Amino acid sequence: MVRIGAFLVGLFFAGWLFISFLIGAVAYVSEPPVPTVEHEFHEPVKHVSFSFDGPFGKYDKQQLQRGFQVFKEVCSACHSLKFVAFRDLEALGYNEAEVKAIAKQWAIKTPSVDPATGEASTRDPVPADHFPKPFANNVAAAAANNNAIPPDLSLMTKARHHGSAYVYSLLTGFQEQPAELLKHFPDAKTPEGLHYNPYFPNLNLAMAPPLSAEGQVTYGDGTKATVDQMAQDVSAFLTWTAEPKLENRRSAGLATIIFLLIATGLAYMSYQNIWADKKKAAV
Amino acid sequence: MSFPWAEQYTPKHPVMQWVDEKLPLPRLVYNAVGAGYPVPRNLNYFWNFGVLAGLALVIQIVTGVIMAMHYGANDLVAFGTVEQTMRDVNAGWLMRYAHANGASFFFIVVYLHIFRGLYFGSYKAPREMVWLLGLVIFLLMMATAFMGYVLPWGQMSYWGAKVITGLFGAIPVVGEPIQTWLLGGFAPGNASLNRFFSLHFLLPFVIAGVIILHIWALHIPGSSNPTGVEVKGPQDTVPFHPYYTAKDGFGAGIFLIAFSILLFFAPNFLGHPDNYIEANPLSTPAHIVPEWYFWPFYAILRAFTVDFFFVPAKLLGVLAMFASILLLFFLPWLDTSPVRSGKYRPTFNKFFWILVIDVLILGWLGGAPAEEPYVMMSQVAAAYYFAHFLIILPLISRFEKPLPLPGSITEAVLAKYGKTDGETVAVPAE
Repeated sequence: MVRIGAFLVGLFFAGWLFISFLIGAVAYVSEPPVPTVEHEFHEPVKHVSFSFDGPFGKYDKQQLQRGFQVFKEVCSACHSLKFVAFRDLEALGYNEAEVKAIAKQWAIKTPSVDPATGEASTRDPVPADHFPKPFANNVAAAAANNNAIPPDLSLMTKARHHGSAYVYSLLTGFQEQPAELLKHFPDAKTPEGLHYNPYFPNLNLAMAPPLSAEGQVTYGDGTKATVDQMAQDVSAFLTWTAEPKLENRRSAGLATIIFLLIATGLAYMSYQNIWADKKKAAV
Repeated sequence: MSFPWAEQYTPKHPVMQWVDEKLPLPRLVYNAVGAGYPVPRNLNYFWNFGVLAGLALVIQIVTGVIMAMHYGANDLVAFGTVEQTMRDVNAGWLMRYAHANGASFFFIVVYLHIFRGLYFGSYKAPREMVWLLGLVIFLLMMATAFMGYVLPWGQMSYWGAKVITGLFGAIPVVGEPIQTWLLGGFAPGNASLNRFFSLHFLLPFVIAGVIILHIWALHIPGSSNPTGVEVKGPQDTVPFHPYYTAKDGFGAGIFLIAFSILLFFAPNFLGHPDNYIEANPLSTPAHIVPEWYFWPFYAILRAFTVDFFFVPAKLLGVLAMFASILLLFFLPWLDTSPVRSGKYRPTFNKFFWILVIDVLILGWLGGAPAEEPYVMMSQVAAAYYFAHFLIILPLISRFEKPLPLPGSITEAVLAKYGKTDGETVAVPAE
């Protein structure tokens, strides 16, 4: 009875799947799917190497500081960094006093309450504060940015495939729309107010090229601020904001695995020892 | 339970004798996973995965309880509290990554455990109840993992919750009220998040309870073994402790090394980047995919694209997805071959490996976008899945001529080690 029922159920599911397959296959052959403009022109991320690549890579603190400078002078005008606090910057090699000064001099102030009147006001950030948001809310952010809300950057490099390389590719990827694209997809012309970038999933994004000229920032350590350099540095900085514990994790991992290799080796020896008499013919 | 030659628990210390009289808990443990449980002496490494699944559950409970101390089950703060755990809690990143990857490793070892059961016929009489309880554990794990994935309240959490509860919405007439009731609203929200957190905390302990029943049911006939031949006497078994505790210790070491490599060096490899974007009901991700361990079932769900008369394709997909798991409950009665081990079943062996490849392909397709040609491929693969269990397997077990079985477990072991020792032992004709 069970087997007859099973046979019928199996015949139904397998049969209907096969019929669905035939219907799908006929449709696929008679009307092959039309390639989309995204499919044809979206490009995989550029190859770029960072000091934190590979299983034992570490952050380059000089680079993180430079990237922070780019974030401060360029990105932070529109993008928030809400999961990072000023105190976290000590990991970049700044000392306590420097962090205090960075927080105090930050262009955007922290929302607060006037202690005398109870009315909403602002104050200078302190190291314990997270980075204040550039816009009071999403409505204000959209109104100021052609209806697009600039995303928070704290986790950006973990929120995209190949995040660090993606941020770098996007920042250096702005270009004119290829003539070939317009020839094959005349409807896909970049709309007014958007910018063509083949590394962005739907090819057109609201953000204007943020890094446009060499020397847009002046690095304190004398590094030449080319667009490529600034894009690399800020990608490294955003990798750190997304994964601040990367170095702790890797060093803890190395120690753990060395310990486990020794422990497992001992466990294997005791296993062999205990079983020695059972793995022979004589019982 | 167990065999008459099992070693008896005889406490020597007066305190242990006193405890044994009042509450024989040490005796219970001794008989369950100690020297008092005789186990076939020929188990291979595939028999390690039961213990490893238990270890994975312990890792999940320990890391999970600690994470719950820092988590806020509220849709306004949930995403932020998880990030805070990662950044500001001592070793919080370790707990979170261990928990997220621990779920994957739990499924890896459980899938290998199920693979073992399928190949070596562990589900057959007299161990049907062990198999059925194991499937109950598997279903509970799936529910727990799904609800756990919702808790970080990222984009995949939100949209995953919407899609999975939407499966119930496919039921005619009562579907939509059921979906609303499950979510506590018309879309995933604070009510859904709170109940998922509550159940996510509860279910692992239910799993632990069913594991006790699973082991209890196992101990009545005793463990199966790679030959599938029943234990015939004391020479066929060794005490669980120290023989299999030692072997499981080695297995646990290998498991922890593999786990550590992923946890410390590629903790986001199995995750989806979209879950690092906070849930946004107004923005649908381009491809909504569940965690990898659901991919084979997700592929079956999406394989149904054509309505069957008045039954919509979506409902067919939902029915098929549930059927793909529920049919395993009938396996002991679908496979009627008296030979357990796939080693001695030449026809079964061939189809079994096709099934393994088929399920791997289904897994790959479940993670692929719902586009052609992936849909067509998943239709063929899903059709084989159902045909294998419901049609091919019952037919094989009826018509197959199995290979000769060894006379006993000891005979099989001696055949393996006999030559090195130079002793004359009976080697079965192969």
